[in-house]
Amino acid sequence: MAEYRILHHPILAVESRTGVTFYWQGRELLAQQGETIASALFAAGIRVFGHHPKDGSPQGIFCANGQCAQCLVLADGMPVKSCMEVVRPGVRVEPVEGLPELPQIPRNQVSAEKPGFSLHEIEELEVPVLIIGGGPAGMSAAIQLGQRGIKTLLVDDKGRLGGKLVLQTHRFFGSINAVYAGTRGIDIATKLESQVRGHEAVEIWLNSTALAVFSDGKVGILRGIPSQSLQGDFAEVAAISNHRDSYVLLKPQVLLVAAGAREKSLAFRGNTLPGVYGAGAFQTLVNRDLVRAAERLFIVGGGNVGLIAGYHALQAGIEVVGLVEALPECGGYKVHRDKLHRMGVPIYTSHTILSANGAEQVESVTIAQVDGKFKPIPGTEKSFACDTVLIAVGLDPVNEFYAKAQEFGLTAFAAGDAEEIAEASAAMFSGKIKGLEIAQALGHDVGEIPPDWYRTADILRSKPGQVIEERIPAEDTGIFPVFHCSQEIPCNPCTSVCTQGLIHIDESDIRTVPQFIAEQVDKQCIGCEKCVTVCPGLAITLADYRKDAEHPTVTIPYEFLRESIKAGDSVTVLDASGEALGNVEVTRVRAAKANDHTLLVQVKAPREYAKRIAGIQIQEQWVAEPMDHYVERLTDDTVVCRCERVTAGEIRDLIRRGFRDLNEIKAVTRAGMGSCGSKTCNALIHRLFRDEGVAYGEVTDATRRPLFMEVPLGVFAGVTKE
Amino acid sequence: MTETYDTIIIGAGSVGVPTAFNLARAGVRTLVLDERPSPGQGSNKAAIGGVRATHSDPAKIRLNLRSLEILSTWQATYGDDIEWNTGGYVFVAYREREEKILKELLVIQKAFGLNIDWLDREAMLALLPDLNPVDLLGGTYSPDDGHCSTLLTSHAFYEHARAAGAKFRFNEHVTGLKVEGGKVEGIATDKGAYSAPVVINAAGAWANSIHRVLDPALPSTDLPSYQFTSLPVYPDSHEAAITEPVARFMHPMVVDIRPAPGSTNYYFYQHYTGQIVFCITPSPNLWGEDRRETSSFLPMVAQRMIDLMPRLANIRVRRTWRGLYPMTPDGSPLVGWSREIEGYLLAVGMCGQGFMLGPGLGELLTRMALQQTTADDAESLDILSPYREFKGMEKLK
Repeated sequence: MAEYRILHHPILAVESRTGVTFYWQGRELLAQQGETIASALFAAGIRVFGHHPKDGSPQGIFCANGQCAQCLVLADGMPVKSCMEVVRPGVRVEPVEGLPELPQIPRNQVSAEKPGFSLHEIEELEVPVLIIGGGPAGMSAAIQLGQRGIKTLLVDDKGRLGGKLVLQTHRFFGSINAVYAGTRGIDIATKLESQVRGHEAVEIWLNSTALAVFSDGKVGILRGIPSQSLQGDFAEVAAISNHRDSYVLLKPQVLLVAAGAREKSLAFRGNTLPGVYGAGAFQTLVNRDLVRAAERLFIVGGGNVGLIAGYHALQAGIEVVGLVEALPECGGYKVHRDKLHRMGVPIYTSHTILSANGAEQVESVTIAQVDGKFKPIPGTEKSFACDTVLIAVGLDPVNEFYAKAQEFGLTAFAAGDAEEIAEASAAMFSGKIKGLEIAQALGHDVGEIPPDWYRTADILRSKPGQVIEERIPAEDTGIFPVFHCSQEIPCNPCTSVCTQGLIHIDESDIRTVPQFIAEQVDKQCIGCEKCVTVCPGLAITLADYRKDAEHPTVTIPYEFLRESIKAGDSVTVLDASGEALGNVEVTRVRAAKANDHTLLVQVKAPREYAKRIAGIQIQEQWVAEPMDHYVERLTDDTVVCRCERVTAGEIRDLIRRGFRDLNEIKAVTRAGMGSCGSKTCNALIHRLFRDEGVAYGEVTDATRRPLFMEVPLGVFAGVTKE
Repeated sequence: MTETYDTIIIGAGSVGVPTAFNLARAGVRTLVLDERPSPGQGSNKAAIGGVRATHSDPAKIRLNLRSLEILSTWQATYGDDIEWNTGGYVFVAYREREEKILKELLVIQKAFGLNIDWLDREAMLALLPDLNPVDLLGGTYSPDDGHCSTLLTSHAFYEHARAAGAKFRFNEHVTGLKVEGGKVEGIATDKGAYSAPVVINAAGAWANSIHRVLDPALPSTDLPSYQFTSLPVYPDSHEAAITEPVARFMHPMVVDIRPAPGSTNYYFYQHYTGQIVFCITPSPNLWGEDRRETSSFLPMVAQRMIDLMPRLANIRVRRTWRGLYPMTPDGSPLVGWSREIEGYLLAVGMCGQGFMLGPGLGELLTRMALQQTTADDAESLDILSPYREFKGMEKLK
């Protein structure tokens, strides 16, 4: 049987893991030890996990982050979120069809009248500092607090620290002094984790989810037990559901919410078909679990998240059919956009998605050009065959805990995306500042927090600035770097690696583009290629005219499989914007450093365009060809509330009838009452109001109530197996 | 210009909306005012939706029998699905104390002709196989009671009330009653004034906040003597929650009246759409209007529910909330005309039963406004009189 796994990856190590046998609808399947049910099913090519009890619509992966319940399956009869539940040996997994039966409980072995568990009081603990979220912001804050010996409890709902850093295979932008610019996200996660773990004052609870902040200042945490300590006892524990987790009430003096962000959704026809999901979910499946989640991918949204997801897909050997962006320009960094385009992915700006098409899962996508008011222009429709549509239309802060903490008057801070959506570099720096602010709030003398830290934080948070013309150097002798970097973004790793000090970016504002200052300092480039390697945008090449001025050698950074390219190959090279320049011969391929994964590819190029070469085409043009005819999805199944299957049409109708209170829409339609607790539909409903011309001030938002995650009742009763 | 109506109702909640529905259908020009942005946003949406006639006084029994009839036939009559289920009510007994209380009550309830009986242990386990059998003695079962969605019900009343001509104004704060010569003239709000000879106070837990007389003819120094003493309505807060939906495994509302540390009783049922909805009565009472979530609720209620029905250990809790019970000193509503101000009708202090009383009470209030009350009504109104003697009133005050 076909296995959809990534067996080779240019950046990530593919370790062979022990196989674990489990069953899907009675069929024996092989999972890898420690992986989630969702990933194991994806790896077996199964993407439909059940059907919605309301309308029978197919259900599958959506958030892959434990936030929704689209991926619900039955594991030994127990409904579980397959994206969070690790495969246990022999577990019998079934799709959820209709409402699941409430499982029976194990019986007491002595007296069958009694249940096989006992109830216990809930543990309450006081902590000086509680940090929700062990991503870049939470860890950075914990390091500051740990350095000062301030007792800190760091909780995270995943099995390892790092948050979304662990999904990032690319090198980070930002400041090389302030954060880890030039280092890959996954490597930053490891560095931060080892620092956090070096501080005795910091205690870490993994697999532990924050459920609510209460008015008495307590924070409810579902404390998980690491999955490895459960080996052997799985089946028994499973019989009482998730009761291996215990509920703990924490009373912190200071709360830091660093819970990150959640992905925004988008309303279009077919938007809940299995195969339509968030870019973050995709990165989880592909980069964390090494599952080849898609064969042919289409991306909606040209921000950094969408652009990077496309790049990650190519690295994983997944075809990327195209990317649509409704605005005339992509919102993400130009270097990301250019990089993706150069690799052969068409980017359709001023285009929108009309529908995802298919019966049980995505088979194709239909897009169209939009006019100045973002309305699709008839006649411009195109369809592409694909099996996956990624939604990357922005992020929303996970701020419900912070909002409640403020409402209840707790001493609380927010950092990273939970405070303001920005790059991870900004999250790290804001966490560092918040760590010190918390120390201050607790009465520790930390001295004055340097004012320029706040300025650096602002710079790291800033949106990409203006695009300037690419500056191709005039000379064609000697050896020198060419910067295909033409947009003001906060980034400066190239300046620090040049052994000759020839690359300059004003340190007071690292958003300016790099200058090559060999003449000013009267030194020569020695061709060490370090700048080529370190650039997170893969936007620096090295042109060497010394041996053959007519056919200079150009060094190009390359982050794909080593086996995919070798000396003697003919490759298509492209300029920064993705224009093909011609075919050239590869003369040499080598790794920059033994422990790094960037390859340096040297090509021999004609003098006419050598300096304009910015990259090598990865994906053949035919991959991105549209279908002969466009596919029109006739069913109006634009779903706003996925949990309760409420369509945009139903809600639009209520808005037109005068509804202005989201609570009233909720009362009538159940939109927002489902498992995810309006995390997905709330913003979509607000958008419908906007589209209908209703001013924000006229609309009453829905009341938010805990829990922010569904938890078995038994957990609150301290159920413990006898 | 002041808008003129026949009747103004303050509060678009469990009582106000069904009353508006009945008044408008009787041709009465009706205005409903509410400070919230849409109907049912006070305590109505916090109610869990149980409706029973199995009380112990004739007024409540009569009103709720009518509510049961209206709600159980609503879809057939008006077409809206309000997720009604005639699941019945069960009061369980695990100790002699509760058995005695329930059996004594049963005599009164049967005397009123209510369909309620004692189920012994075996019969009870046959009805609810998931009950903890250890020490179970039995309990009462009233199969004609039921439950439905409070949200859909109040919205159905609201839509039909509007269709019948009732006007609703939301986001409008009532500042007081306008009184002239001892008679109600209308209502003043933060946005304007409305005149009507009849004003119904159906403001639930907030009944006292609008129970103020605004009489521009009186010098302000005289106002205190002219104002009402405040109504004996004291909101206290209860906490509730809902779970994920699962396939049907129980029908009745289950009530456990055993007191335990922190709570006097709790109750739960499986809604039409599969969710378990549950609620607890805190002990001591949490007086006041605080509806912010507490950390003590879930651990307390979970222990009790799982002890009673161990299978519930596996159901996942989805959301919690708090709602207010506008309590009166004796636990019965205050319904009747003001003796001080002509045209001022009180329909307050529902003691947490506003949702179930609402449909029947809406009809009674309409008959009162139209002066068409019956002999039965007179008996009910005597029991519910705001001027009755309360036992223990001093203590509560």
